[in-house]
Formats: sequence, structure tokens, C-alpha cells
Amino acid sequence: MSFKIIVLAKQVPDTRNVGKDAMKADGTVNRAALPAIYNPEDLNALEQALRLKNKIEGATVHILTMGPARAAEIIRESMYRGADGGYLLSGREFAGSDTLATSYALACAIRKMGKVDLIICGRQAIDGDTAQVGPQVAEKLGFPQITYAEEILDLSNSKITVKRRLERGVEIVRGPLPMLITVNSSAPECRPRHAKLTMKYKRAVTPTEKQEAGNDYTDYFDTHPYLNITEWGVGDIDHEIQWLGLSGSPTKVKQIENVVFTAKESKRMTASDVEIEDLMKELIANHTIG
Amino acid sequence: MNNIFVYLEIEDGIVGDVSLELLTKGRSLAKQLNCKLEALAVGFKLEGIGAQVFPYGVDVLHLADDKRLFPYTSLPHTSLLVNLFKEEKPQIALMGATSIGRDLGPRVSSALFSGLTADCTSLEVGTYEDKKAGKVYENLLYQIRPAFGGNIVATIVNPDCRPQMATVREGVMKKEIKDAKFIGKTNKLDVAKYVADTDFVVEVIERHMEKSKLNIKGSPIIVSGGYGVGSAENFKLLHELAATLGAEVGASRAAVDAGFAEHERQIGQTGTTVRPKLYIACGISGQIQHIAGMQESAMIIAINNDPKAPINQIADYVITGNIEEVLPKMIKYYKKNSK
Repeated sequence: MSFKIIVLAKQVPDTRNVGKDAMKADGTVNRAALPAIYNPEDLNALEQALRLKNKIEGATVHILTMGPARAAEIIRESMYRGADGGYLLSGREFAGSDTLATSYALACAIRKMGKVDLIICGRQAIDGDTAQVGPQVAEKLGFPQITYAEEILDLSNSKITVKRRLERGVEIVRGPLPMLITVNSSAPECRPRHAKLTMKYKRAVTPTEKQEAGNDYTDYFDTHPYLNITEWGVGDIDHEIQWLGLSGSPTKVKQIENVVFTAKESKRMTASDVEIEDLMKELIANHTIG
Repeated sequence: MNNIFVYLEIEDGIVGDVSLELLTKGRSLAKQLNCKLEALAVGFKLEGIGAQVFPYGVDVLHLADDKRLFPYTSLPHTSLLVNLFKEEKPQIALMGATSIGRDLGPRVSSALFSGLTADCTSLEVGTYEDKKAGKVYENLLYQIRPAFGGNIVATIVNPDCRPQMATVREGVMKKEIKDAKFIGKTNKLDVAKYVADTDFVVEVIERHMEKSKLNIKGSPIIVSGGYGVGSAENFKLLHELAATLGAEVGASRAAVDAGFAEHERQIGQTGTTVRPKLYIACGISGQIQHIAGMQESAMIIAINNDPKAPINQIADYVITGNIEEVLPKMIKYYKKNSK
């Protein structure tokens, strides 16, 4: 029995290391200027997918990511950890997409895959922190959703049982397949790379990467089909062009400002007993404390 | 038609603060846009909701009362909003950036093809010029939010799609009663008309909701720690000082990520926004995303090894030193002088 799991993942700029060139003049993100990493919660999602793959006979895990050519890195990274393969959705038509245009493109790609039993993705990506794409994809596909998953507890009789971690509590919910699940960072961390799989898949490439590498290995890829990462452009998915990219994005960036805070005139002190005692006396006297 | 809708979060029959804050904001936007403020309560046993929200100036309260609508599940609430919005055509729809709002908002926006901006820190009304199309839009909702780890603030607009949707975190907007005696209209919805039986596919088997034991947002004094505190062990010093002063302990995102403090203590753009009388920042360097969540504190004391830490710029008092040294002294001299 086949059981197809798709993990939606995103290669994100590492927002912990933002430089001055991070934004382009049109207000969109200049991804080329930043180190690119695997979105952390998507790794939590991958782990949940791989656990199911280990439990369910015939289950497969494939990554779907939308991004530039180099986003294939996170597909390889997933394969090193146990995924079977992946799909890169790439092309300039997708540029400038907000969450809604992104979810439309992803939903079109998923429809193209035939029967999908389960979609798992991270709750949110660290570059936008919106948490919108998962639910928006679910709505476009007509799938129910379970958000903020911490653990998949059970999968049987076409029903999935999930523990959710909410801001102020915990829920255990059960729903039918197909289903879309978003996973929290409180879920278990992703397993590390597997040495054998890393050896096996290190030459896995997309057609674009293959072209860049030259033709020397063409035969090799024919005899090792698992090294071919699927790459889809706009022509490979059934779509209506107006819902993609900038035209498919209802939100527009009007303005971008750097954040500047008004500096105060501060009183500088050392940690000496006298200064700290004076400070505490002052705070008590003006009723700030006590 | 063309009014402002606020989705109400309800737990145990009580409307959440985040919703009351949005009603307060919604009321002032409605005045500016010369339209009505409408609220939507979806759940079970909603008799008491009107009395809670009308004082905030709600002109119309829509009630979708059905046993199956509580606890919240995604599809039925989505259908209700989608179908009601198709009839009512609101120009703006607001909801809390909460576990529920962030599950529901994207689904509704996806169904209606309306733009949604998450975690806004400010909402304003203004014009927008689309230079390429040569069009000027009046009275759009400016959805202002930090992006990129708080390093920039973006103003987002939805020129062509309605409703203009936004979520806002709890504590970001102020809550203020407009008129304690005001009573608006109540509109009871026929739930079956909006929600199909087939929407009830996800069942909640178990549910444990905790009333947050912490009250960081309401605490007049906050002792907050960052990555510079160094360890969960050192965080105990913050708890001691907090206990002495009658304060609550907060933390920066870096300290929470490092496991020094619980997630619910996080202060900043992705945590709680606070405005205490006194904010004592210990070992916090002052990343923008943290400062944005505490800059309106009446008084700020920054304790840091690094005399050049960015947080020092917005602090009233800057103590350069180790927290292991400074905090015990603060405790000692508070006790000595407070009697």
C-alpha cells in the first residue's frame, strides 16, 4: 500500500544575521545577500514525516519547495536524513509572491502529484513569521488542517491523531486523511544526517544543476535514477497565470523603514555598593518600587 | 456592507483581551472610515457576549451559537466567516494573532482571495498610489508590521481585495471602553445556512487549557533576562529579585531559545508587548525585536557587561557590571531601605 507524504519546506535567509543589503529597493527581500538555511520548523516537520515512514509500510516522504535553483540544497539535506526525494518549484513567474500566491503555486504542484495522503510543514518560516502558507495550501486543496502539532500520536483506519501545543494549552484531535499538519518547534528535533544516505545522495541534482555541471555524468544519472531531483517550472503545473507571483499577491508593500529608536539620556553607573544603594533609595523614594 | 468586522475569541464564555483590544482599535478605525463596527461570536452558549462587547461600541453583534462550534475547529469557523463575509462584504476584518486567529485567518483569506497581514503592530488609514497602474486608492488600511527578525518595519496594503485582513497580538493595542451603556444590535445567525455538516471532520478528543499563571502584561515591574544571563541557574537570581520587588520575570527570545526561561515569559515582537512602570533588563543586548516589545516602559534599567549594548540607548539607568554581582546588591539594598 502506498502512502505518500509531502513535506513543504522552505530555504530561508538566516534572519539572525541580517546585513544592510537585505532588502531590495522594491521592498522585497534580497535573498542573495543572506546565508540560506533550512527553515527550522520545517525540519521538525520532516522528522514527523520520517517517523511515519518508519512505521507505515510503503510510505514515502518527498519534499516540495518553491525557490531559486539553490533551494535544491534543502531537498538534498532532507534526503541525507531519510527522505525519498523532492520537487523544486522554480521560475521567475513565482517571484514576488506573497503567502497567498505561494500557497496557490504549491497547491498546483501538489495536485500534479496525484494522490497525496498527508502534507506536513513547519508552522512558520523565520523570514516572515506569518504561519499562513500551511493553512492557505490546505484551503486551496480542500484538505482539513491540524496546526501546531507537537506529536503525531496515531495513524490508523485513515484517521490521524495529533497532539497540538497551543499558546495556553494542549489539545488532542483526530481527523481524516488526506490532511495537512503544521508542526511546532516544540516537536522533537530532526534526526541528523545519515552517513550512508549522505554518500548515496550527495550527487543528487536538479536538471538545472546537471546542466551547470556539464554532460560528463549523463549516463551515470540514467543508471542511478534516484539522483534526479524533480524540477518544475510554471509550464509543468496546471495554473492560471494571474494567481502567480506579484499579480497573484493581494498584499502590496507600500513602504519599508529601518527601525530607529529614540535614544534617551541615560544615567551611567557602576556596580559599586554606593551607587546601587543610591539607586534603590531613589526608586523607593519616587514610588517606582516598594 | 463595507463595515469593520472583529472575530471574537471566547473561552469559558469570556471574550479574550485580544478581541477587546481589537474592538477598541476597530471602533476608532470605524469612526475614521465612517462605517460600522461589527463583531462575530462563534461558539456555544453565547448569551453573555453582548454585555461584554457592546461597551466597546459594537454596532452589530453576530452570534453563531451551536454546540458543535465549541471548542474551535478550523473548517466550521472558516465556513462561517467565509460565507458571512460573502454576504456582508466587510472592508476590514481583524482577528487576534493567537493560536486560533493564526489558524483561521489564513484559511479565510485563502478562500476569499483577500490579503492577510500577520502580527501587525499598528493599523492606520491612508492613501496608496499604484504608480504602475496610475491609480490612487483612498482610505486603505495600513497594516504595519515588523519583518526580518524586527530589523525593518513594513507597511502593507491590500488595494484591490476585500476584506483587508490583519491579525494583531495580544497586548499590542490598548483596550478602552467607549460607553458602558451603549447597546448595539444582535443578529442571530442560522448556523446551518453557513456551515455544512461535512465541515465537522476534526474532533477534539482531549483539551487542557490553562489559565496562564503568569501575568507579565499586567505586572507593574518586570525583571527580564537575555542570553547574557548565561544559564538557567543564573536566571534564579532574576526570580529572587522579582520576588523581592513583587515583579514578574520576563525573557528575551534568545534566552527562551537557549532554554533559560519558559516560552510564555518571552517579551518582544514574537512574544508579549509590555508597558510596565519599571523594566529591569539583565544581560539583554537589545535586539530590535525585543526593544519593540518593551520600549514603552515608563522606566528602564539596563544591567550589562557591555557598555555599548544597544539597549543602553533607550535605558534611563545603565549599570555596567555582572548580573551575579549587581542583582544580589539590588536585593540587599532594597531590603535595607524599604522598611
